[in-house]
Amino acid sequence: MGAAKDAGSIIHDPLLKADNILIRGADVQALPLPLPEITEDNRHFWTGGAEGKLQFQYCPQCDYYLHPPGPVCPKCYQRSLVVKAVSGKATLLTFSLNYQPWMPGLEVPYAVGIVEMAEQKGLRLTTNIVNCELDKIQIGMPVQVVFQQADDVYLPLFEPVRG
Amino acid sequence: MTIQFNEKNCAITGIGQSPVGRKLGRSALDLTVEAALAAIADAGLKPSDIDGVATWPGANTNHPGMSPIGVFELKDALRLQLNWFSGGMEAAGQFGSIVNACAAIACGLATHVLCFRSLTESSAQTATRRASVSGSDGERVSGLGQWAVPFKAFSASIWTAQFAQRHFHEYGTTREQLGWIAVNQRRNAALNPKAVFRDPITIDDYLNARMIATPLCLLDCDVPVDAATVVIVSRMDAAKDLRKKPIRIESIGCAHHGRFSWDQHDDLTTQQALRDAAQMMWARTDLKPKDVDVAELYDGFSFICLNWLEELGFCGLGESGAFVEGGTRIALDGELPLNTHGGQLSAGRTHGFGFVHEACTQLWGEGDARQVKNNPQVAVAAAGGGVFGTSLLLTTD
Repeated sequence: MGAAKDAGSIIHDPLLKADNILIRGADVQALPLPLPEITEDNRHFWTGGAEGKLQFQYCPQCDYYLHPPGPVCPKCYQRSLVVKAVSGKATLLTFSLNYQPWMPGLEVPYAVGIVEMAEQKGLRLTTNIVNCELDKIQIGMPVQVVFQQADDVYLPLFEPVRG
Repeated sequence: MTIQFNEKNCAITGIGQSPVGRKLGRSALDLTVEAALAAIADAGLKPSDIDGVATWPGANTNHPGMSPIGVFELKDALRLQLNWFSGGMEAAGQFGSIVNACAAIACGLATHVLCFRSLTESSAQTATRRASVSGSDGERVSGLGQWAVPFKAFSASIWTAQFAQRHFHEYGTTREQLGWIAVNQRRNAALNPKAVFRDPITIDDYLNARMIATPLCLLDCDVPVDAATVVIVSRMDAAKDLRKKPIRIESIGCAHHGRFSWDQHDDLTTQQALRDAAQMMWARTDLKPKDVDVAELYDGFSFICLNWLEELGFCGLGESGAFVEGGTRIALDGELPLNTHGGQLSAGRTHGFGFVHEACTQLWGEGDARQVKNNPQVAVAAAGGGVFGTSLLLTTD
């Protein structure tokens, strides 16, 4: 069952486990689906979901969140950045429903989207829109974060705001 | 003008191309040497005249067939004696090599620079492995790819589809409009004996094609091929007595002022690099969009071509759907003949260099059945999408 069809706030998609090797016969290469490499620079982003938090680097002087993470605030060039959690509320700016099976074992269709966090104009993520019928997905819809665990990574996905 | 823009002292003096096709079964170096010798001969030069070589993105073994050879293999095969050379990905896209060549010539580092782009993506493609798909090697993803690939955004088709969706949302652009890029180019490809796909298609064929990533279908995507394409860029004073009338590089646009990212652009209806490049190009010339006789604009995905039409000022922002609708304005006999060889959608993914090759073909009047009438004298060739973009204004004046 694909991620987009699952119910519940935490989704366990076996395809996204890095150790889940898909075998489709001797002539097909075994392919785990890719996860991000965790580094000191990005650990807050990829693992914050373990505590239910979506976290970004933040410059207190400028009141500015950075994404992707970096070693300096690009506005004031101060290096005193902190990690700060956001609400997880966002707006869907655009999306695409992918139908192409890019690799063996990939369940399609699924929704890729770009969301903008409520805290800051321009604070954007590419993500998946889940827990929503694909034909109900619309640009401008309010969404909220939901985490999908795979090994040590908590992928921030987004679902429609309920109610 | 008070500022001297020194690309005006550079000219394209010869072009060459290997066969273009699916799984040709030839090595990348073999194809490149064929194209290089053809281009050198086309210019009326000898291999010993070539004192510079430039290529983008340089030899790259990470993506099979995407850029299988670089400067050094070609240099050694032809025993070139180079005063200057450059290969690598950190440039403004596929024409980054041509930009670098002009910079080297303007600086007096070289006189005749051979610029090439070689691919064997068709031969390299297997059931599980494509050069254009990231994250299929089982490794953890780092760098910029980590912000897309873990969300199964494996391919530029998905990234580009999101721009198209936003464009459709803001401006009311439709698939019925976008489809005319594919239909018009197939019509042109029917007149190009080297094109990969030459059978006519209709808008209905387009609308019924298999969906890849909404709103883009299979006919919105270019076709991987094996091919090598070469252009020779020469210093103008050394170009005047060669075999052909030099095609002067009137202006270059290679700026990139926005974020280096596919999802952090201010305006998600377009691709920032294209806007910056186009504005820079027009700022370096007295010519205007209305002066352009033929446009060869990158179409790795058809929607990128709409973006280039708008950013280059051939129509207003948001107006490209209506501009191409019906396919008359962009036809060979229209007001802006577009992608006259069939583009990458139908003539094959020569990755940018097919556009500059075709622009020169048209300006030299060598287009045969697809030749634009009335002696075109000004062409735009543009390559790149997303974070990569360069546009070239070319003229035979």
